[in-house]
Amino acid sequence: MMRPVSRRRRVARRPPVAACLLAAAAVAFLVLPLIGLAQRAPWSTIWGDLTDSATVDALRLSFECSLGAMALSLVFGVPLAWVLARVDFPGRRLTRALVLVPMVLPPVVGGVALFLAIGPRGLLGQYLHQWFGLTLPFTTLGVIVAETFVAMPFLVITVEGGLRAMDQRYESAATTLGATRWTVFRRVTLPLIAPSLVAGAALSWARALGEFGATITFAGNLAGRTQTMPLAIFLAFENNPETAIALSLVLVVVSVAVLAALRDRWLTV
Amino acid sequence: MGSQRTFRLAVAATVTLAVAAASTLIGLGTAGAARRATPRPTGSITVSAASSLTEVFNRLGKDFERKYRGTSVTFNYGASNVLEPQIEQGAPVDAFAAADTTTADKLVAAGHVVGLPVVFARNRLEIAVAKGNPKKIRTLADTVKPGVQLVLCAAAVPCGKFARQAFAKAGVTLLEVPTGQDVKDTLSKVRLGAADAAVVYVTDVKSARGQAVGVAIPTAQNVIASYPIARVKSASNPNTAQAFISYVTSRPGEATLAAFGFVHP
Repeated sequence: MMRPVSRRRRVARRPPVAACLLAAAAVAFLVLPLIGLAQRAPWSTIWGDLTDSATVDALRLSFECSLGAMALSLVFGVPLAWVLARVDFPGRRLTRALVLVPMVLPPVVGGVALFLAIGPRGLLGQYLHQWFGLTLPFTTLGVIVAETFVAMPFLVITVEGGLRAMDQRYESAATTLGATRWTVFRRVTLPLIAPSLVAGAALSWARALGEFGATITFAGNLAGRTQTMPLAIFLAFENNPETAIALSLVLVVVSVAVLAALRDRWLTV
Repeated sequence: MGSQRTFRLAVAATVTLAVAAASTLIGLGTAGAARRATPRPTGSITVSAASSLTEVFNRLGKDFERKYRGTSVTFNYGASNVLEPQIEQGAPVDAFAAADTTTADKLVAAGHVVGLPVVFARNRLEIAVAKGNPKKIRTLADTVKPGVQLVLCAAAVPCGKFARQAFAKAGVTLLEVPTGQDVKDTLSKVRLGAADAAVVYVTDVKSARGQAVGVAIPTAQNVIASYPIARVKSASNPNTAQAFISYVTSRPGEATLAAFGFVHP
């Protein structure tokens, strides 16, 4: 439906040269470091590094935890975005600013903050520990929590933007036709904000996948339990920086492949 | 008379032997009891260790697990200044091995470890340079010459603190120097060609396997790092944690540490 329109527009007007040049510079700026990495990668031994059981464990943990963090971000972040966009309550601006805190906080400090909040001696954590015997640090669940902490703001901001930009008259129309709030949200709001929902989910997933500081501080660096790819890469630097480069490239290739596939499927504009 | 004397000597010898044998038996008995009092190490432990110990502790952990079947050691490697607050905040750690005494002393002062930490190894500082030493670096003073890119560990981690002390001892003024977040990160900048010189530990240069070579720093300017190990008070498996500490400080443990370039304390 959208395709022919955009194609016609492309034929009608040539893109401005200045914009293209700047865009090319931006792409080069983002891609050149990757080429640098690729050029340094130990291609002769890369297969051995990749099939190493520690690497396989780290890659598996990375995917499980980043998907878990994305799921948690969706479950809690979408309602938060909706409240921020639609409910006028005192302190809304402050709340919105607080949501951004994990984005500006150095991740290692974020990890310490998580300890102080939900660690076994933390404000809330001591009760989790006493009442439910739940200890989050140094567990896989702890990795998911740390990743959610840094990744959820990306989802909240993107989805809130989508909710504010959408035409609310569709919701009003559905309500006048007798739809319940939940039905309106499910059948009208969600489909309308689908692009920002998918973009927000992808952003939070990518942020969680690359997370290092909060994870190593809060969840530790335990092989097979909390050692995700970025942590394995950090440790690989101990023995062999080239292996670290190989592992980084794997992480980059896999995440670019996933994001590109998502873009083709969902984010065509 | 002679035979009587011989007889007396024989009696004395027999009594002495009997007493000796009995005391040996009693001794063995108490030794056996002592062995029974400390049960055989079993189960899993988590050991937080400074990242400069990664290679040698991976080896020590495997050797320990082989010696005591049924144990498993999981390591949590990181910068000492990250590992320390983790323990303070109740992370499930059984033993802690730091790269300097101050982080361990902090935990002692706060009552988070049992007894006093044991220093199990020492490490000297060295100047790491690229293979062949293309910039002809011989002394600390050479590393701050124009055209030489020096990199140090961040001042917050032990290797950064010690390196700055070494420069002060050598009377060399440091200007703004780029830093790595820990010793391995700092050394990797020399290994990857991003810097010409780094001040790191002898063991790190050794682990670079020829990608970087060491230039010795004279003892008068050198700062010797001490590696203490201690049992964490809230350890869930104190017995195995203690056994691991004993193993690290044992003869075979020392030999492994020496093989990785650590100096015996």
